[in-house]
Amino acid sequence: MAKIKMNKKSTSTDMTAMCDVAFLLLTFFILTATAKVPEALPVDTPASTVQTKLPESDLATLTIGKGKVFFDLKGREVRKRALELMGQKYGVVFSNEEMEKFALMEGFGVPIQNLKQIIAMKSADRTKADQPGVPKDSLDNQLAEWVQNSRLANIETNDKELQIAIKGDAKEEYPAIKKVMDILQDQKINSFSLVTGLRGKDF
Amino acid sequence: MAELNTGDGGGGKGGKVRSKKQNSKVDLTAMVDLAFLLITFFMLTTTLSKPQSMSLGLPDKDDDPTKNKDVKVDENRTMTILLGDDDKLVRYVGLIGSPVSGGAPKDMTYGKEGIRKELLSRKKAVLQYTGDKNKGMIVIIKPSKKSNYRNLIDILDEMAITDVPTYAIVNEFSPEETKLLEGNKE
Repeated sequence: MAKIKMNKKSTSTDMTAMCDVAFLLLTFFILTATAKVPEALPVDTPASTVQTKLPESDLATLTIGKGKVFFDLKGREVRKRALELMGQKYGVVFSNEEMEKFALMEGFGVPIQNLKQIIAMKSADRTKADQPGVPKDSLDNQLAEWVQNSRLANIETNDKELQIAIKGDAKEEYPAIKKVMDILQDQKINSFSLVTGLRGKDF
Repeated sequence: MAELNTGDGGGGKGGKVRSKKQNSKVDLTAMVDLAFLLITFFMLTTTLSKPQSMSLGLPDKDDDPTKNKDVKVDENRTMTILLGDDDKLVRYVGLIGSPVSGGAPKDMTYGKEGIRKELLSRKKAVLQYTGDKNKGMIVIIKPSKKSNYRNLIDILDEMAITDVPTYAIVNEFSPEETKLLEGNKE
């Protein structure tokens, strides 16, 4: 009788190529992921069901909490240029080294006269430094100047209009928010984003 | 297949020392599992950590009061929402002195059962009244000095959920409205 011989095939597949691809992707994602910078002023943002993402660049964030306003700007070159313009305006000279450090810094909340001290600190100390917020009263409206100069800097470097986002604490009283909105409206910025948390669909 | 043959070269005569053939294949399954787990983790965290935002457009502001024109709107189309402290919310439809039927000033709650129901039913009623798709409801949001940011976001969120065509944030309070927010408190 003729016996049909079954060809025994090995069940194990070669994983080498798959492994290569997987690790290539893994390396890519690790390298492109940006580490989360600690916030200078932690706020609890209110939740909403709207799901629009904030842009990655050309963005200035005004963080409002405990009556203080902190200012943050995206993009290294834009930050440097904005700092330079602010320095010229208020007669504070920043060295190249300070500018480089400022470009990598997180948001800040001090008058420009004290900005040098904040730049000199280590990032761990900055959060503990108890920054008083950027001055925004009518006598010394540095916040408006920051917004104005950042817009100029952004148009110069990126040739795009700067987007403004307001990140307010949920418990912050409305007049504080309104004050910031008024500052923006004085510069004819009539549309801006409000940063919110995520809420379930069935709210 | 990644296999390394460690064959002994040629046959010697006499007693030869036979080296044991060892399989050099390594099982990569666990390694691939781990790699893909990490990939998934990094992919999700990079896209999900971006904060959400809602965009808000405000009307032009002019410091010159003569240029600020009052826009006349049909009072039957407007609903005014007053935000007070302690999550208080009062709404009225039409004018405060002569509200539309069923639209007298009334306390409401935030969320699904409160203001949203009202907004949806009013929206329908207004469309029926005007009979024009382009003339929908107008909502005027008046946050008082004591209201907080969460209240404002909640109301703006309701606007987005119920898809109200026109809404505005107004900061001026008439004395009657101030009374409404403060008077009803026990």
